[in-house]
Amino acid sequence: MRIQLFGTCLVDSFYPEVGEAILRILNKFGVDVSFPKGQTCCGQPAYNAGYLEEAKGTAEHFLSVFSGTDLIVTPSGSCAAMVKYRYPEFFRAKTTLRAVADNVAGRVYELSQFLVHVLRVHETDLTRNGKVTYHPSCHLTRMLGVRREPLVLLKAMQGLELVPLPDAARCCGFGGMFMAKLPEISCALADEKAADIISTGADTVTGCDCGCLMNISDALRKRGSAMRVKHIAELIAEGI
Amino acid sequence: MRKQTSLNFRANAVRAIADSSLRGVVKKATGTFSSKRNIAISKIADYESLRKKASAVREDVLENLGTYLDAFSSNATRAGATVHYAVDAAAARRTILGILSSHNAKTVVKGKSMVSEEIQLNEYLGKEGISVVETALGEFIIQMEDEAPSHIIMPAIHKSRQQVGRLFADKFGVEYSEDTQVFTKIARQVLREKFLNADAGISGANFAIADTGSIVLFTNEGNGRMVTTVSPLHIAVLSIEKLLPSLKNLPSFIRLLPSSATGQQITSYVSIITGTREDGEMTGAKELHIILLDNGRSEILAGECRDILKCIKCGACINVCPVYRTVGGHSYGWIYPGPMGIILTTLLTGLANAHPLVSASTFCGACDEVCPVKIPLVELIHKLRVRKVSEGFSPVKEKLGMRVFEATARSPFLFSSGEGLAKIFWPVLGSLGGEDIAGRLPEPVKMPFRRRME
Repeated sequence: MRIQLFGTCLVDSFYPEVGEAILRILNKFGVDVSFPKGQTCCGQPAYNAGYLEEAKGTAEHFLSVFSGTDLIVTPSGSCAAMVKYRYPEFFRAKTTLRAVADNVAGRVYELSQFLVHVLRVHETDLTRNGKVTYHPSCHLTRMLGVRREPLVLLKAMQGLELVPLPDAARCCGFGGMFMAKLPEISCALADEKAADIISTGADTVTGCDCGCLMNISDALRKRGSAMRVKHIAELIAEGI
Repeated sequence: MRKQTSLNFRANAVRAIADSSLRGVVKKATGTFSSKRNIAISKIADYESLRKKASAVREDVLENLGTYLDAFSSNATRAGATVHYAVDAAAARRTILGILSSHNAKTVVKGKSMVSEEIQLNEYLGKEGISVVETALGEFIIQMEDEAPSHIIMPAIHKSRQQVGRLFADKFGVEYSEDTQVFTKIARQVLREKFLNADAGISGANFAIADTGSIVLFTNEGNGRMVTTVSPLHIAVLSIEKLLPSLKNLPSFIRLLPSSATGQQITSYVSIITGTREDGEMTGAKELHIILLDNGRSEILAGECRDILKCIKCGACINVCPVYRTVGGHSYGWIYPGPMGIILTTLLTGLANAHPLVSASTFCGACDEVCPVKIPLVELIHKLRVRKVSEGFSPVKEKLGMRVFEATARSPFLFSSGEGLAKIFWPVLGSLGGEDIAGRLPEPVKMPFRRRME
């Protein structure tokens, strides 16, 4: 099978190791990965800040890059939700683009969704030692509705002790542009999240969105914690 | 008049964050009420269908508001009430003053009412020589401190028990205590005399029923009953969207409102007041005036954010909001805080007076999840962000930054040559935050993922 990988801008510039991990997983399961050239960003920074025109422009570019029929896999719940739910809204009035947007929306999968529902990775041998806690990011769970999949994957890993995170569903304070516009509130929220994460006694915190993990990682560092912050793709790549 | 400070939201928030006592009490109280809410909702077996039904009822009210208002007015009038329509806050204040003056009323007891806060009634009447005593415990406390409510259900949520204990010891010369039972007992003693001697009672209303002309109050402390029945004159002030078509609709809201607000299956009191006291009846005011306040709501009704008028003011969205939990209600700078407050404040007072509020959401969506009438709060805040941009309330730097962002995101060449988002977009983020945001962000890698894939 072939998929198109949307790496996301954060993976591109900051977390290439997450991209590498995805390649290892998909390679192991015999998935042929294409990386559509010219891909950039899904447009959330503009969209969430209220810049509809700029977001639509970015979306048009995305649609032109991700043509074809293969499933599109992305290691981000919020980017997947953006493409899946916002793009069709953007082009409601434009018939041709709307059809393209609907098509792309129908093909996009967040990574854990793809691993569970398409590859059924959780039914294979996965092992990884250590104590892990998981932060369910807001757009992944509340917008995209992906609640169970990451847990299914983590629970399938033999030797891995999954420790529940207190008040897990509470936002980490990232919020994309929110972090830049109201940094004091963002930091305060991230610090509370970091405190809860530390209280679990886990050695690693994981999640499905690099933005949130970046925010959490900064807050953990400020608290002097040595906890490792890993995207779920990295944990699975280590475990296969 | 208390001045609106929504434009200083960020500075207000920074101050609140530094106040560890405030953060502690707000976090604890909102956490407690959210958990109680979750437990109460989990006991409602048909919650989702009830929620859908309630949402549809509120939708119908907005769709046919004119019809229901007319029906309410004529039915309330038939039952003996006098109904007044107030186009704005000033009109409502004048009407209330006129009624009180014609009765030569000098002392008023008042039940908790957010609409009365919206029109700043107490201050206005005070200047006209009429003393107003708040009788709900929370309001009673903040009135003594000359503070605004910081939550629509728990107005004194920002106060610790220690602060209230000291306040009571100071004001009433009683022994210091941290026991809420003691506070209640003292307030009851003080208020009893006020109730018996008041010339008039002023209340809000949770709902108004079109087909009976009744107003409905959900209360816990019993003061609502006192305010509305002991004085011969009762004035109820409520906003126009509080209608329900029929008394038959009320049970759904009895099940939804207290459970969403405080996690109670039902409040201690649910009062349905229909008209005035008739001959032979033992209780009720002899004269009832109902003020229906518009104050910009007709305009909201005609606009793209009208769903906010479905709100039944339960406060569930406030209790789960991570931003509210961190900065408290006063940071929002007006009457209504949290997600519903961002929307209502921006719409009622205008972007020019409130635009920073629309940024005060991480879009985490916790609010949408708990709204008992399914208001798409995130979507409405997003609509207001779009308006903020199109109406010119966003910083020039941000506008330019977004153009650069789009150009970069549309051009693989620029995206590549600028090392992706990092080098182009981070400075934009930094300039928005007004501090070194880059310090919170990791260093961009030398070899972006995209290049490894070439």
